[in-house]
Amino acid sequence: MIQILSKYGQMLLFAMGQTLLLALWGLFFACILGMIFGLLSVVRNKVCNVIASIFVDVIRGVPMIVLAYFIFFGLPYAFKNFLGSKMTLTALQAGTAALALNCGAYMAEIIRAGIQSVDPGQMEAARSLGLPYWRAMVRVVLPQAIRTMIPSIINQFIITLKDTSILSVIGFPELVNTAKNVIAISFKSFEVWGIVAVMYLIVITILSKIAKRLERRLNRGRK
Amino acid sequence: MDANKNVKIHVSHLQKSFGKLEVLKDISYDVHEGEVVVIIGPSGSGKSTFLRCMNKLEEISGGEIVVDGHNLTDRHVDINKVRENVGMVFQHFNLFPHMNVMQNLMLAPVDLKKATKEKARERALQMLRKVGMEDKAEAYPDQLSGGQKQRVAIARALCMTPDIMLFDEPTSALDPEMVGEVLQVMKQLAADGMTMVIVTHEMGFAREVADRVLFMDGGYIVEQGTPQEVLLNPKEPRTIDFLNKVL
Repeated sequence: MIQILSKYGQMLLFAMGQTLLLALWGLFFACILGMIFGLLSVVRNKVCNVIASIFVDVIRGVPMIVLAYFIFFGLPYAFKNFLGSKMTLTALQAGTAALALNCGAYMAEIIRAGIQSVDPGQMEAARSLGLPYWRAMVRVVLPQAIRTMIPSIINQFIITLKDTSILSVIGFPELVNTAKNVIAISFKSFEVWGIVAVMYLIVITILSKIAKRLERRLNRGRK
Repeated sequence: MDANKNVKIHVSHLQKSFGKLEVLKDISYDVHEGEVVVIIGPSGSGKSTFLRCMNKLEEISGGEIVVDGHNLTDRHVDINKVRENVGMVFQHFNLFPHMNVMQNLMLAPVDLKKATKEKARERALQMLRKVGMEDKAEAYPDQLSGGQKQRVAIARALCMTPDIMLFDEPTSALDPEMVGEVLQVMKQLAADGMTMVIVTHEMGFAREVADRVLFMDGGYIVEQGTPQEVLLNPKEPRTIDFLNKVL
């Protein structure tokens, strides 16, 4: 065990860094997508609502591994054969896109539910004072919605971090992919998978502790 | 009715439906400057909907409402500008729970650049004093009783210096012992000459403060007149029936 750690530890640590990098990029774009489609699903406009629900239904209806293959292999193929142009994606780009779309759909649902959980009287009161719709949304509805969303958002972040392991299939050198390579050289699958599991566990535990603290701080001053 | 006073809210042939359900059938009425109009009627009679049409919280299905010279059915009218001059008080207060009392009062005037922060704070304190809540400026809404919340809600609406105030059953969600303090504030407002339209079940208040009383039922104004006429000598059988039940 010590031998494996000293020999491959650095590789695995670097791979964990890549995992985090991928997760951060994915989450960053997922938040943007989630915000856009979450808001589209609550505004009083049928076209916007339909667009948002199609996005959520399509992405949620496709496994992420299929999404990843489709983006990484399918899209460049389509560009080459149907459009006659060239497009290549790095594994990081394709992985980020797959993660962002997948997580974004769930984030959109969390944001929609959060906004709808705020008493409609809040929007009415703000509007009755003369605030335009978006000002009322930003100053009155969203601050209240975000508080109820936070636990679900944190949960979604953790799921997304773990989902990066699925992207080992498109060859991005994150933790699972690297672990496979290490096993191929060392044949120590029990030790290596054990180490990988503990590494995930440590990172996710740290993240949830930070998140809990953040949640507490945001709720302070209330009640 | 004093004919030489300005008409503040002109309603003609107002009609409002929710899907197939026609809630307001044909309502015409003028509210004059400085008048206190109280709307009474059984639940489901459309009185709250009528009130909510006056600041376009409900889309108007037919007819027209002109508030301070702005036709609400005209798509070019900026409804936000109209609302700045029409305060509204809700049954469930609808204070913003993530802001303290002062922030609740200052939000709209500052956000809409009606006043600088200093001016808005000054005005907010003045309004809190008016409703007897100046010592609660830093409190959060869930630290207040129902009556206190409603008084803050009234102060919040007044911070925009409206010339019309709409009240949607302002005392219906209050414990009985808190009704008085809210009505007291409203009486004061009426005495100051504010134009007010009030949906309420407080018949005593209506008798004491109203200039005009409207009795609504089934989407129509069934009877209207002075409190003396409508509350003490009603002519329509439906009004008589309703008053017998509530008094």
